[in-house]
Amino acid sequence: MQASPIGPRILPCGDSALSVEFSREIDATTNRRVVALAEALAAHAPDGLLETVPTYRSLLVTYDPGRLRGRALTAVIERLIVSGLPERERPRRITVPVLYGGPVGLDLDDLAAAKGMTPEALIALHASAAYRVYMIGFQPGFAYLGGLPDALHMPRLAVPRQRVEAGAIGIGGQQASINSVPGPSGWRYIGRTPLRLFDPARPDPFLLKAGDQVRFRAIDAEEAATLDQAVARGEIMAEWDVIS
Amino acid sequence: MSRLTIEQAGPMLTVQDLGRPGLLDRGVSGAGPMDPAAFRLANLLVGNGEQAAALEFALFGGRFTSDRPIRFAVTGGALDMRIDARACRPWESHFLQPGEVLTIGALQGAVWGTLAVSGGIETPPVLSSRSTHLRSGLGGLEGRQLAAGDSLPLGEPNAAPLMRLSAALPRDRGPIRVVLGPQQDYFAPSVLARFLSQPFTIGPSRDRMAQVLNGPVLPAAGGHDIVSDGTVAGSIQVPASGKPIVLMAERQTTGGYPKIATVASVDLSRLAQMPTGSRITFRAIDRDAAEDLLIEHRHRLAVRLSGLEPTAGA
Repeated sequence: MQASPIGPRILPCGDSALSVEFSREIDATTNRRVVALAEALAAHAPDGLLETVPTYRSLLVTYDPGRLRGRALTAVIERLIVSGLPERERPRRITVPVLYGGPVGLDLDDLAAAKGMTPEALIALHASAAYRVYMIGFQPGFAYLGGLPDALHMPRLAVPRQRVEAGAIGIGGQQASINSVPGPSGWRYIGRTPLRLFDPARPDPFLLKAGDQVRFRAIDAEEAATLDQAVARGEIMAEWDVIS
Repeated sequence: MSRLTIEQAGPMLTVQDLGRPGLLDRGVSGAGPMDPAAFRLANLLVGNGEQAAALEFALFGGRFTSDRPIRFAVTGGALDMRIDARACRPWESHFLQPGEVLTIGALQGAVWGTLAVSGGIETPPVLSSRSTHLRSGLGGLEGRQLAAGDSLPLGEPNAAPLMRLSAALPRDRGPIRVVLGPQQDYFAPSVLARFLSQPFTIGPSRDRMAQVLNGPVLPAAGGHDIVSDGTVAGSIQVPASGKPIVLMAERQTTGGYPKIATVASVDLSRLAQMPTGSRITFRAIDRDAAEDLLIEHRHRLAVRLSGLEPTAGA
């Protein structure tokens, strides 16, 4: 079942899905291969292929066994991998405006103190990094980001909070996040963005997808209020920059 | 537009249709019914297409009224059901007139019931589906469980006759079949053997998202935290408690616990319908066998669903 000694493992997930596992760890190269395989499968979809779910390190592929047997799908995936996945991505880049601190970013001061830096220094560090959307999961549109500077890694809270707002900018372990819908969370929160990662009323309800690149830009309360109004009017106000 | 009104709501009463596929990569759970075969049948019994939305409930249904004559059908298990004081049977369709009260009592030997109404429930679709996903508040009525006083819009009725199923839906017996993996190598051979030989019971902690099993503890030598990857309905996750959790229709799309096995699709609704406290064992089969079972099950189901017959005297 293994494609090659260094290739991914293709593991059954019952009778209607399989997992193409490139690694059991988090790294950008692995995630690029996951996203590339998802795109290759989308471009060469065999009849009976249903969905692909890119995650940090594996691609979940669902299928209808009445039309496509798992054994045949495995062979298709092995051929795609052997023939070579695209090396270079053409990611979309987006700048996400963040109002740091405030009632949503209520862990900012404590986190800065724990790290022995000023809140301003923490903000500058968080906003200096380039992040990769490793996966969308857990909640509709919830973005798991890689690329958090080492100095900002922080374990989750022992007791999760019952409600964290949509748009909250979080840190959990070595991951960063942008929350998409309100809900419970044990991550630390340092601010909020007026952007909505998920809005079922929009023509495209989802702002981000796996493989996108994200940067954060600090904004002040006045700009946040202006953006809040624009978002409320249905203007997404995302700043896209597609790299070719 | 005519409406169905809920006078009393059973537990976990929600609007469902066949679910919200196609958006797993955007973090959107498929949702949909806990017992898809029984759900589809309820719609067919009232002349609806299979995509129509109906109500799903757990344990007992509640009381319902309508402001126009409707046909309805309840499927899922045996239960006590009445129109006013008049007893009527599940697994076939009946008329409910304005002014009459439909009372759907407790399911016996089953957990999840479907109430389908001619014309279907016409709450606004969200992301192309009316299915309620409670945790993200999508679909149904405001994304939430239904409560007494809620009133739901109904679609245009059709002219189908009252119908019943000529023979019971196929339901297998015996161990719950599973395909091992994708992380069975996190577990020592002795733990895998325990999983496949010792009985478990269905614990009281269960809902549309997942159900927890009580029984032998399953420690993972490889650890109980994995880098999150995708889940499917039927994934059996094992968190640090060592108690297996079977993911169901409303599961989250990704998870961070090792998955020891996946329940075969043919046995997942059987597992969902087992009352709390039921004893189960697992048996491992390979993927090809699980696929064969599912294909065969679909054929048998299609034959049964084509065998609806008009109710005598209707």
